[in-house]
Amino acid sequence: MTLLHLRRRSGYLFLGVILGQILLISAQVNSRTGVPVLEAVTFGIFAEVQRGVSAGVSGALRVWGGYVGLRNLKSENDALKRQLAAAEVAAQEQRAQVDRVRTLQQLLELRDRSNLQTTAAEIIGAAATPDFRTVTIDKGTRDGLRPDMSVIAPAGVVGRIVVPSARAAKVQLLIDRNAAAGAIVERSRAQGVIVGSGDERLRMEYVSEVFDVVEGDLVVTSGIDGIYPKGFAIGRVETVEKSGSAYKRITVKPAVDFSALENVLVVLTPTAAREAAEGPSQ
Amino acid sequence: MKTVGIILAVAAALALQTTLARFVAGGTIAVDLVLVVVVYVALTSGPATGLLTGTFAGLVQDALSSNVIGIGGLAKTIVGFLAGIVGTQFIVAQSLPRFVVFFGATVAHAIVFMGLYMLLDLRHFGAPYGAVAGQAVGNAVVGVVAFQVAELLPGAVERRRSQRSRIRR
Repeated sequence: MTLLHLRRRSGYLFLGVILGQILLISAQVNSRTGVPVLEAVTFGIFAEVQRGVSAGVSGALRVWGGYVGLRNLKSENDALKRQLAAAEVAAQEQRAQVDRVRTLQQLLELRDRSNLQTTAAEIIGAAATPDFRTVTIDKGTRDGLRPDMSVIAPAGVVGRIVVPSARAAKVQLLIDRNAAAGAIVERSRAQGVIVGSGDERLRMEYVSEVFDVVEGDLVVTSGIDGIYPKGFAIGRVETVEKSGSAYKRITVKPAVDFSALENVLVVLTPTAAREAAEGPSQ
Repeated sequence: MKTVGIILAVAAALALQTTLARFVAGGTIAVDLVLVVVVYVALTSGPATGLLTGTFAGLVQDALSSNVIGIGGLAKTIVGFLAGIVGTQFIVAQSLPRFVVFFGATVAHAIVFMGLYMLLDLRHFGAPYGAVAGQAVGNAVVGVVAFQVAELLPGAVERRRSQRSRIRR
C-alpha cells in the first residue's frame, strides 16, 4: 500500500531521495577550503538565515529601541526641563539673594555713614492705582514708624511714611504728584522745592533765575521741610529752562531707581526742623 | 515479496560482481551487474521501484567500495528513475530497445558518477570514453541476456514439465 502510494508520487520521491543523497555526499566531502561541503553549505545557508534573522531582529530592536528611547527621551526631556526650571529658579533665587545682600550691605553702610537711627524695611507691595506712586513696606508702628518719617535708600531719598499700620506702612514716593521735599543744588546752593510729577522725573520749583543751575548738578535734601534729613541725594539736574517768570524750570532725574527698589531704610531720628517744630508743643 | 526479490537480486549481483572481479585481470570487470539489476527492475516495475532500487543498490555498493557514500547511490537513483520512466512511456520488449536502454543507462550513470567525482574534485578520470563505452556494451549485453533468460526460463520449465508428463504416459 505504501509502495503504491510512493509510486503515485514517484516524482516527489525521486526529488526526496536525490536530496537525501546529496546531503549524504555533502556530509562526507570536503570543500577546497577543507571544510565538509555539507557543513560549508549548511553553514552558508544558516549564516544567511542568521544574517536575515539578525537583520530582522536588529531592525526590530532598533525600532523598539527607538520607540522606547523616544519614550525615555520624552520622559528624560521632561525631567531635564523640570530640573532646568528648578535650576533657573534656584539661580534666580541665588541672584536675588546676592542682590539682596548687596542692597542690605549698602543700606548698612548708609546707616553707619549717616549716624541716623534707622530701621531696614522690605518693600512688599506697590500702589493699587497708577495715579499714586506709593509702595508698602513690611515695617509699621510696632517697629517705631510714624507718619512723615523719611525713607531713604543707598542711592538717595525715596519718600516718606504716609500711612503706617501696626506691621506695615505706606510710603509716598518722591515722584508722586503730591510729594515734595526741600532741596538745594549742592554746587551753587540754590534752594528750591522738589515736587513729584507722577512720572519718572522730578521738578525743582521756586529756584530763582539768579541762581546758577546747570545740567548735571546734584540736588540734595535741604532738611528745611522737617521730613527728610539734610544732605541726602535727590537726583541730578537734567534740564534747566527759563520759564519767563522769576523762577527757573528745572527737571531732575531721581537718584533712586524707583522701579528697582527692594529694601529701604526708614529714618527714625527726627530731623532738627521737626524737633524744633514739635518742641514747643510738647 | 517483490521487495524481497529485489533485495535478493541486488545482493546476488553484488556477490557476483565482487566474486568475478577477483578472476579478472586488474581486479575490475567491464560490467556493472548491480546497475544491470537496477535497470532491469526499473524497466519491469516502473520509476518509483527503479529509483528505490537504485538508491538501495547504489548505497550498498558505495559502502562496500569505500567510495563517498551517496555518489553511486545518486547515480543509480537517477538511472533507475529515468529507466523506469522509459519503461513506462515506451515499449521496451525487444532486444534492441533493451540494449539501447541499458547502454544509455550506463552512459548516464557514468556521467553522473564521474561528473560528481570531478565536480567535487575527488577523482579525475581522464578521458574515460572507451571504458564507459565498453562498460555500456557489456551492461547492455548482460541486460539483454538477463531479459531473455528471464523470459525464456518460465517457458522452458513448463516445456520440461510437459515432456516429463508425456514420457510417463
